[in-house]
Amino acid sequence: MLTLRINGTEHQLDLDPAMPLLWAIREHVGLTGTKYGCGMAQCGACTVFLNGAPVRSCSTPVSVAAGGEVVTIEGLVQGLGASALGKVGQAVRTAWLELDVVQCGFCQSGQILAATALLAENPDPTDAQIDAAMSGNLCRCATYTRIRAAIRRAADALV
Amino acid sequence: MTTTHDQIATIAPDTIENTGRRTFLEAGIAAGAGLLLGLRIGPAPAADTDDHAGTAPAAAAPFAPNAFVRIGTDDTVTVIVKHLEMGQGTFTGLPTLVAEELDAAWDQIRAEGAPADATRYNNLLWGSAQGTGGSTALANSFEQLRKAGAAARRMLVTAAAQRWQVPATEIQVKDGVVSHRAGHRAPFGELAEAAAKLTVPTEVRLKDPAQFKLIGKPGLHRTDGPSKTDGSALFTQDVHLPGLLTALVVHPPRFGARVKRIHDTEARAIPGVERIAGIPSGVAIIARDFWTARRAQDALRVDWDETDAMTEGTAEILARYRELAKSPGAIARQDGDVDAALAGAAQVIEAEYSVPFLAHAAMEPMNCVIEPTDQGIRVWNGEQFQTGDQAALAKVFELAPEQVEIRMLFAGGSFGRRANPASDYLIEAAHCYQALRARLPVKLQWTREDDMRAGWYRPLYLHRIRAGIDPKGRPVGWDQRIVGQSIIAGTAFEPMMIKNGVDQTSVEGAANLPYSIAHFRLDLHSPRLPVPVQWWRSVGSSHTAFAGECMIDELATAAGQDPVAYRLRLLKNHPRHLAVLKLAAEKAGWGQPLPKGRGRGVAVHESFGTTVAQVAEVTVRKGGQFRVDRVVIAVDCGLAVNPDVIHAQMEGGMGFGLSAALLGEIRIEHGAVIQSNFHDYQVLRIDRMPEVEVHIVPSAQPPTGVGEPATPVIAPAVANALFAVTGQRLRSLPLRLSP
Ligand code: FES
Ligand code: FES
Repeated sequence: MLTLRINGTEHQLDLDPAMPLLWAIREHVGLTGTKYGCGMAQCGACTVFLNGAPVRSCSTPVSVAAGGEVVTIEGLVQGLGASALGKVGQAVRTAWLELDVVQCGFCQSGQILAATALLAENPDPTDAQIDAAMSGNLCRCATYTRIRAAIRRAADALV
Repeated sequence: MTTTHDQIATIAPDTIENTGRRTFLEAGIAAGAGLLLGLRIGPAPAADTDDHAGTAPAAAAPFAPNAFVRIGTDDTVTVIVKHLEMGQGTFTGLPTLVAEELDAAWDQIRAEGAPADATRYNNLLWGSAQGTGGSTALANSFEQLRKAGAAARRMLVTAAAQRWQVPATEIQVKDGVVSHRAGHRAPFGELAEAAAKLTVPTEVRLKDPAQFKLIGKPGLHRTDGPSKTDGSALFTQDVHLPGLLTALVVHPPRFGARVKRIHDTEARAIPGVERIAGIPSGVAIIARDFWTARRAQDALRVDWDETDAMTEGTAEILARYRELAKSPGAIARQDGDVDAALAGAAQVIEAEYSVPFLAHAAMEPMNCVIEPTDQGIRVWNGEQFQTGDQAALAKVFELAPEQVEIRMLFAGGSFGRRANPASDYLIEAAHCYQALRARLPVKLQWTREDDMRAGWYRPLYLHRIRAGIDPKGRPVGWDQRIVGQSIIAGTAFEPMMIKNGVDQTSVEGAANLPYSIAHFRLDLHSPRLPVPVQWWRSVGSSHTAFAGECMIDELATAAGQDPVAYRLRLLKNHPRHLAVLKLAAEKAGWGQPLPKGRGRGVAVHESFGTTVAQVAEVTVRKGGQFRVDRVVIAVDCGLAVNPDVIHAQMEGGMGFGLSAALLGEIRIEHGAVIQSNFHDYQVLRIDRMPEVEVHIVPSAQPPTGVGEPATPVIAPAVANALFAVTGQRLRSLPLRLSP
């Protein structure tokens, strides 16, 4: 038995300890906002917060997350997570909506989490810092110009 | 094979709840004709109404024919969208049309996917078939959905007139509220029930474009924005049903190889593995969840019969195509006497262009859920080609097409992949379901590796062009030969789309080269290969724009003329090309000096009725490294219904093309694909995304599509910019400068 704390709720799960956190979240906890895109830490679609830091849940064994604090997109937009993260996450989502960033949307949970992590750490990133922080998150719809703009907008909103 | 079938088969397969009890009004329009009908009162369809914007109502639901609008007593206006939302914005664009004529408020609009039913939801540009592609969604729906909105509005007005005992002509509708100057006022929801009892008007008047309040206006946010930023949007990957099992398929390592022997003792011993079985496309592993199936996949060994496996690779294919390019192919277009023109030309330029196989690599790897129902089966899928897939699955299951119900979910990208002419992954999902031999829903999930390696690529193409100019530099003859697999051959589209041995999708964008050249010939070879190929965002234009727009640039250089001015002179009969080219050049500051190491390139191309010009600005560093800094785009897509969606498609469509121009290549060696995931099939990341500027040419012409036309223009624009800086002509993709 493993104890997973996700978005503030505890789940007791009987899982292979080597199972990636991604599949535990998606198929055993039933939160599907976190996506499978590559399974090898290449695309960022599976990004979640573990103890306040963004991780690739496809490459994080569930046993590593056991006992820790996991926040997914579903929790983030409800303002969950360490208080600072929750506030930043909501500002990021608002900017995403205002600028209509999404296209197919499949990468966007990961983008929003990565952007939140960036702004929580660096409230006023330069374009180069945005590019560096976000380059692990692929978007095949190439919504990149709007991602940059939305991050700047969220940064402005947070001052 | 497993002993758990009886046990698991007892789980009720169909537990979709019918929670809908709202009274609603439906209005509908006959395909292309006037109003048919579509008015009834009743419960909402027997679909799940749990607010998944992408979830379609059940086909068996008691809908009236041709229904596109539903108005609830709760004031929501639901627009039934017959096209797949895969990012291109159709769940926003089509509702805009209804909302405009209905005079609804934008925030009361909801979008819902239509069921598979070509009698009501056919693509009017595809005859009787239902599906999404060729950038047709908005174009074919433009009148149809405006009429649907206008009919619903008229019925609400009539209902109000009756209730208030005032003439209908004195009634106003604004932002979802019906009112009369005597002080009467009712939101749509209050009138929905009364309106639903009226007869549907046989004729409606559409607004004069000058009256538009939503069409062409900024500020309409995407209907799918909220659900795609909080994790609730439903993609096929997210479908969860009671008893659902996950299927992975081990595909042959080489095209044409077949399963010889399956060594599955170890894999079967893993708890939760329900079945392992050979299916036509490989070996199916069906397990209780993804991770269990994945472990079984690792534990499984398969011996392959490689007797008929492909032996060639990219290098051999290219060499063979080069040989083939020496002999004439099937004529796609012929004007005048090109041989004589070239013989008499002051200068002849000859060049070969090539593009590689490309994977679509949509962010969501292919997947499909098959669920048993009392009537037949239910399919959950990012469904792009309902009519073809319904027929294909009906055949596999020996059912009538209407017994195949399809829930169209959001697709995590497609770029053409989910409209597979052979219904490949849907049929594979069906085979997995059949292999299970239990009435339980099965989700086929391709891994990223399957998505890269199991096929269906943009074909590799080779172009050879010889063009001649006169002493003044004007082109006098153009002789182009294309070699590459036919996407259409062997599909149901063959009778329509292969004419005189020419696959129209192989030559589109080349056969209609817009430049005035008196003597012109285009011919085509369509060799067959075991590599499965299909359309990829912008289809033929994805290679013809590259060859054509680079070659015209080479002619401008040979003529010693400016690339923009040279094109403008040859486009006199193409006002839309002229307009976008001038606009893009002007906004990009064409002709203004740039620092050393930087340069501009231009390209203009029409596809799917939309004309796009792009100016790319590049910086070249020592060692052949370069960066695309800025791209200025001008587009003429007729009337701009949703300007912001057009901007988004120009930005993203260009970015998708840039990804292929800079990085994209599927390489085959000895019949096997080398790439397997995003580490070796690199795609564009944010750090290489240029700044993008989009300008829309104002137009009152009927709207044309925007999902694809930005994609093919960027590769030639960048190649031409690199030439401007370095003097190197890059004639194959992806673009690599010599140091
Ligand atoms: S799925 Fe985890 S990084 Fe791609
Ligand atoms: S929005 Fe489609 S992959 Fe990013």
